[in-house]
Amino acid sequence: MKDLLEKLSPWLFTIAIFALWEAACRIFNFSPFIMASPTQAFGAIIQHWQPLLRHSFVTLWTTMAGFALAVIFGVALGLIVGWSRTIYRGLYPVMIGFNTIPKVAVVPILIMWFGIGEIPAILTAFLISFFPIVVNVATGLATMEPELEDVLRALGARKLDIMLKVGIPRTQPYLFGSLKVAITLAFVGTVVSETIGANAGLGYLIALAGSNFQMPLVFAALLLLAVEGILMYAVFALIEARFTHWAFRSSMSAAA
Amino acid sequence: MSSSVDIDDITLTYKGASGGVLALQGTTLNVKRGEFAAVVGPSGCGKSSLMKLVTGLIRPDKGDISVFGDKVRGPVKIAGMAFQNPNLLPWRKVADNVLLPLEIVEPHRHRFRRDNAKYREQVEALLKTVGLSGFGDRYPWELSGGMQQRVSLCRSLIHEPALLMLDEPFAALDAFTREELWCVLRDLWQKLGFTVILVTHDLREAAFLADTIHVMSARPGRIVMTKAVDLPRPRDLEICFEPRFTDIVHELRAKIAEVRQT
Repeated sequence: MKDLLEKLSPWLFTIAIFALWEAACRIFNFSPFIMASPTQAFGAIIQHWQPLLRHSFVTLWTTMAGFALAVIFGVALGLIVGWSRTIYRGLYPVMIGFNTIPKVAVVPILIMWFGIGEIPAILTAFLISFFPIVVNVATGLATMEPELEDVLRALGARKLDIMLKVGIPRTQPYLFGSLKVAITLAFVGTVVSETIGANAGLGYLIALAGSNFQMPLVFAALLLLAVEGILMYAVFALIEARFTHWAFRSSMSAAA
Repeated sequence: MSSSVDIDDITLTYKGASGGVLALQGTTLNVKRGEFAAVVGPSGCGKSSLMKLVTGLIRPDKGDISVFGDKVRGPVKIAGMAFQNPNLLPWRKVADNVLLPLEIVEPHRHRFRRDNAKYREQVEALLKTVGLSGFGDRYPWELSGGMQQRVSLCRSLIHEPALLMLDEPFAALDAFTREELWCVLRDLWQKLGFTVILVTHDLREAAFLADTIHVMSARPGRIVMTKAVDLPRPRDLEICFEPRFTDIVHELRAKIAEVRQT
């Protein structure tokens, strides 16, 4: 009984939130120009399913493209940074400074350079999701056990051997953990960019519907964004569990 | 017998924020080929530094180290090492953990793919000698601490090194497991005939296993006493309760108490 409740609890909570939201809308009788109830939002999804599907797809593929770039460059830079202490020390302040800049501030520049369209969205997703990947990959390499390094060096291993045999495999849990964070950030990047300047995507749709006071459509788009985010998070959580099962098991080891 | 490890009057300083720390000074040590040597001493006396010097992982400020007649200029490539922490790779199965040195050491690394089956047989044979027959397909986390340390020993021996360096390998184990592993190490050494340098603070461990025990002083560390253990071999755990064994342990203990004072 308790197990079943635990299994069902995510669904129960989701339903409860929708029910509360619906009840609040009915009790306070909000104007549909200000706030939409779940029934109105789901109604909008059914009514406008064609444009919603098209814009959802644009947001999904631009996010995935930006995220893919972030993974490629993030892993590469993370390996370089984790490889050498000098590079680590040199690049770290630069990266912190770069990461501190709110990405919203960069979007107008990207739009000036690349015009209205998908490219600024892809690049914003890339810029925002790239940092956690770099930091995690570099941390994974930097926290390698020095004694293990000694064992390998005493066998005549070169730095490259140590990286390939130990460094990179042990970085995997750090990398996959960061991907779950990065994919949600990538959605933030895409939608911010689409809201500021685009002609497609859920962010664009939200801005457009908002200016037309079509609140049900705005909330419909928000719901779809949430669904996309949850789905992608789940995909990467699955990949993580599949590739780094040893990291979860070994921490539970009886003999540490 | 010819010499396998020669440490001649070395000095080693660690550079710290508040000036250098003199870790070793005037340390001289000689280990014969095939000998089982133990190094004991108070904590922080530079025992572990000695290990790193012999394997060429760090260089002394002054003095020479030779291993099998060759001066140590960089990592020596023929040493096996094991530490207090087994340091197994959790993403590799036990057999693959033991195979790791063969993927690195020449000439095995070039034959590794071709002779994989043969190497796996060697691993299984070695695991059998330490009582881990059939555990090759397990992951390290499925093993107890003592079993993990046995795997670590196998990993340090699979490439048949002429020199085995052990840095308090049994310190984290419970008393019973520790004594069990003493016997495992004793048997491996008698079977394979490598040279061992065992760093430990367990005097009974040193007396039970070693041919020669070197006592180090407090920092800066140097050898203040070298004691030959003339107990007959093969030794049985029962010997630990004989007066001649306890005499040796008492003598070592008195010496260490003395160097801790000064």
